[in-house]
Amino acid sequence: MINIFEVNETNKMIEEQNLDVRTITLGISLLDCVSDDLDTLCDNIYNKITTVAKDLVSTGKAIELEFGIPIVNKRISVTPIALVGARAAKCPEDFVKIAEALDRAAKKVGVNFLGGYSALVSKGMTPADKALIKSIPQALATTDLVCSSVNVGSTKCGIDMDAVRLMGRIIKETSEKSDIGPAKLVVFCNAPDDNPFMAGAFHGVTEGDAVINVGVSGPGVVKRAVAGTKGQGFEQLCETIKKTAFKVTRVGQLVAKEASTRLNIPFGIVDLSLAPTPAVGDSVADILCEMGLEYAGAPGTTAALALLNDQVKKGGVMASSYVGGLSGAFIPVSEDQGMIDAASAGALTIEKLEAMTCVCSVGLDMIAIPGDTSEFTIAGIIADEMAIGMVNQKTTAVRLCPAKGKKVGDTVEYGGLLGHAPVMAVNGFSCEEFISRKGRIPAPIHSFKN
Amino acid sequence: MKKTIITVVGKDTVGIIAKVCTYLANNRINILDISQTIVNGYFNMMMVADMNESSKPFNDVASELAQIGEEIGVVIHCQREEIFESMHRI
Repeated sequence: MINIFEVNETNKMIEEQNLDVRTITLGISLLDCVSDDLDTLCDNIYNKITTVAKDLVSTGKAIELEFGIPIVNKRISVTPIALVGARAAKCPEDFVKIAEALDRAAKKVGVNFLGGYSALVSKGMTPADKALIKSIPQALATTDLVCSSVNVGSTKCGIDMDAVRLMGRIIKETSEKSDIGPAKLVVFCNAPDDNPFMAGAFHGVTEGDAVINVGVSGPGVVKRAVAGTKGQGFEQLCETIKKTAFKVTRVGQLVAKEASTRLNIPFGIVDLSLAPTPAVGDSVADILCEMGLEYAGAPGTTAALALLNDQVKKGGVMASSYVGGLSGAFIPVSEDQGMIDAASAGALTIEKLEAMTCVCSVGLDMIAIPGDTSEFTIAGIIADEMAIGMVNQKTTAVRLCPAKGKKVGDTVEYGGLLGHAPVMAVNGFSCEEFISRKGRIPAPIHSFKN
Repeated sequence: MKKTIITVVGKDTVGIIAKVCTYLANNRINILDISQTIVNGYFNMMMVADMNESSKPFNDVASELAQIGEEIGVVIHCQREEIFESMHRI
């Protein structure tokens, strides 16, 4: 039988080390909502979401109470809207109407965010894809809960540079229409179909009608465990992280199965991610510091992060029957107090963050950049990050937030889980001529990997 | 049988166990096991309970126990056993 020390250990993780389940995300297919008529489509979407997800929030809350574990977010992901709206929506304004229907549905069922205002364009854009992408600035400005993502590249197809160039402009326009808008927009390479985390969640076409995906968290728990290995070797460090990740993931698995049973919706995956929040002690950067770095960004950071990411996966994989999504350590800047401190102290630059994204999920995340950064420079940063994902067969993403009217060193406040961020310097040399070339970067060779 | 773990943590004082047990008895909740330690003057107790005979919903029991805890200056949590089982047993 469970003993008092085990019970105390679990409860300490929850009460003192911010252990939580970061999100229960209900994926819903909207393919059966398709219609010729825009109003009918919007009604179908609203009705399906509010029917399938009607008990999501109350079920999440009941599980929280019974197990005593906070479930921070209850969210919804839907089929990429560029596919669902391709028939009915003829222009960007039509797509905005769909976004508004999604927002109304999300508010009705009481979720924090709804993801899937998305287009998958790794090889080319249909007219609907283009219209959806062009509607993103307006859609994110007029809705509160809708999140958008665009997949512009993959290892199999290469990178659609026309889409990259367009996204540089769209991110800029989004930031001009709303301060918070860019925080709800992600550009992906190799986007997974079952990611439960926002802003990049969507319900892929390979998925069933509805599915429960769960994202775990627990940087604070890992940090506390790592603190106990001071002065010890890498073997002990790795074992400690692995064991801790196992325990954290088991809670996620339990919550996922429980939610699946109660909602009568199949369990999809557990996403083994260390997802930080701006709360003190809930930081991935702090784990790196606990390993022995003065700040995240110091030499050794990429190695420490690679180790952390790998051990989290090794511990987590055994704890869950199905693992998926992004699964790894997240390194957003604004959502992690340790990263904010490192950036403010000058220890962390965008170039170092780019290197770090080679060894962890997911990418350049929640980084505030000067408002006067050109759309070509933003597209250049996206292209670099997509290339890392394409060549290394991993998911990478970019969520940059140009801060209107702000300069390097200023601070931008996003609020809540999105936190706040110091505006970081961007390399000012031009890439306009490169980015202006039309077409695609071909898929990389998959052999001769020396 | 779904088991419930009740934990009581706080400054040691007279009658903590009595209060909690009286509440459980009044609500037909059977105590299967009790263990207790005192660390640095802090009272630390865990009970394994069976709520199957109780007519009260889990949430009400949890909030009423938390309320009793507030009255006597301790923190009382009431959680389903599975969270501990899944974390500490393979």
